[in-house]
Amino acid sequence: MLAFIVQRLLQAIVVMMVVGIISFSLFQFVGDPVNNMLGPEGTTEQREKLREKLGLNDAIPIQFIRYAGNALKGEFGLSYRMGKPVDELLVERLPATIELVAVSAVIALVIGVPMGVYTGLRRDSWLSRVFLTVSLVGISLPTFVIGILMILVFGVWLGWLPTFGRGGVVDIGGWQTSLLTLQGWSHIIMPAITLALFQLTLIMRLVRAEMLEVLRTDYIKFARARGLKSRDVNFGHALKNTLVPVITITGLQIGSLLAFSIITETVFAWPGMGLLFLQGIQFVDIPVMSSYLVLMALFFVLINLAVDLLYYAVDPRLRAEHTGGAAH
Amino acid sequence: MSTRIESAVIPRSPANRAADALRRFFDSDVYFSFKRSPVVVIAFFVTVLLFAVAALAPWIAPHNTNEVATLNLMDARIPPFGVTDTFGNEGSAKFLLGTDDQGRDMLSAIMFGLRISLGVGFASVILAALLGTALGLLSGYVGGRLDSLIMRIADVQLTFPAILIALMIDGIVGGILPRALHEELKLYVLVLAISASQWVNFARTVRGSTLVEKNKEYVQAARVIGVRPLLIMVRHVLPNVTGPVLVIGTLSLAIAILTEATLSFLGVGVPVTHPSLGTLIRIGQQYLFSGEWWMTIFPSVALVILVLAVNLLGDWLRDALNPKLR
Repeated sequence: MLAFIVQRLLQAIVVMMVVGIISFSLFQFVGDPVNNMLGPEGTTEQREKLREKLGLNDAIPIQFIRYAGNALKGEFGLSYRMGKPVDELLVERLPATIELVAVSAVIALVIGVPMGVYTGLRRDSWLSRVFLTVSLVGISLPTFVIGILMILVFGVWLGWLPTFGRGGVVDIGGWQTSLLTLQGWSHIIMPAITLALFQLTLIMRLVRAEMLEVLRTDYIKFARARGLKSRDVNFGHALKNTLVPVITITGLQIGSLLAFSIITETVFAWPGMGLLFLQGIQFVDIPVMSSYLVLMALFFVLINLAVDLLYYAVDPRLRAEHTGGAAH
Repeated sequence: MSTRIESAVIPRSPANRAADALRRFFDSDVYFSFKRSPVVVIAFFVTVLLFAVAALAPWIAPHNTNEVATLNLMDARIPPFGVTDTFGNEGSAKFLLGTDDQGRDMLSAIMFGLRISLGVGFASVILAALLGTALGLLSGYVGGRLDSLIMRIADVQLTFPAILIALMIDGIVGGILPRALHEELKLYVLVLAISASQWVNFARTVRGSTLVEKNKEYVQAARVIGVRPLLIMVRHVLPNVTGPVLVIGTLSLAIAILTEATLSFLGVGVPVTHPSLGTLIRIGQQYLFSGEWWMTIFPSVALVILVLAVNLLGDWLRDALNPKLR
């Protein structure tokens, strides 16, 4: 167990190092910060002074260590575009993205798992067929098209829901939340569903496939033969054994929810980190790009780590593997 | 599948050979499973139709939308034929699907957009397949440190969603290039970014099959008689590991088209002078709120049909070529 955790931690550190080097080298290859700060009027002397002050004359490895140290403290410098510290900008935007992703993940799970169980148990019913067909379309629809369709139908034609922004936010200890007001919910519902739809279909298909697999196994047949109630068999035995892959995929999908939130945030003008990053790219705002990259990598690494550990906790077979027990 | 058909041919006249190959194809399991599934047949013909439209766009489109001089602002924002918009304007038969804000005929714009989308998609997938196959082959055959290095890079990259990688590369390369050069090279940067986000799938699969092939007798025999490693890789191993590449390629094509559309929608993809389906959707989105839905919906529908058809084909191909499922 310990060896496993250590190995995973090492892997995570390597990934973070690599991403750190990439985001550091962004500063090296893209543009000259001195030009950005002084503009074309700066004299050679001023330039040289500023270079010295910024530490740009030091050897590259020393610069990298300094960059990494600052990054650990959460300092990424000033945004070229906004002239504000990047960490402030990110912290300001973080709650919006986190709330959007969290609501989406909950929607995907709460709807996706029951749909998957249903289509797995009643594979020939007409409702299952409808679910499956809809899910195929859901997978082929790009996120932004779903968002646009929802805006058109619920925002423009029916006029039921607002189509952009977060609405009013309530400040709780520095965390700006929009989940406490009805207005906030009316704003989040469309972006969240848009973001959730793809994961929802994925989870549904996964649960269905796993259910079909598990229901064929001997222990389920045996449980039925013993006369256990089918509800107990279906949920106590079958569903429980499908959870391992579901946890993995859902966990990893939270990562892609974060990535896809860039698109959803653009469609709905949701003031989150994704929108900030996209504007950063359009304006070649290196500090924003670099810090977003590091932050994303951190999220992904943490998610992967958590998923691995959870895996371990949920599946006793994995623990048995170490002592030579047969797995799978 | 196809490799077996091609390699088992005894030298004969080309016409005979072609007829043989054709007959064998119509007798094959693949063709049988194709014929049996109406959905796949429809998907196939839809794909062929869309490819044809994309290829022939300059000749069959009612209007060359890339020639700015022929656009007339008086024709801007006309609703589709048979539709009356919220301002009371009526559509005309001249513009079946309406026009956009610049007076471009939507139908023609979609045809040209399809061309860009498919072009970028194909180019990206081919580049990714070449890169991935080469690296996978090298990684599997050479092994050792090179293998660990390539596979670790693949692992790190797989930690992130492809769309994020593509967005990142596009952003970084865009930042490095000077502005003037940027517009010119944007298409190539986009292809590079998308293929860089997709090579891993190819590399992993090819590496896996290479590891299997590497220890077979024919490779050992080649090694014993002193064939150079590079030659063994290219002449002997490569033809035996490329089977799955076709399947991954088809599925990747759908993803590449979607990635391109997404990047263009986000405004970092193809240059505005050559609008792809994603760009059209982005432009149209601004007019959604005034009820001018056709500028967004028609390109979206075209995109969804294209992706759905290619996806269905890819899924079918994967199952049809998978010996385990027979």
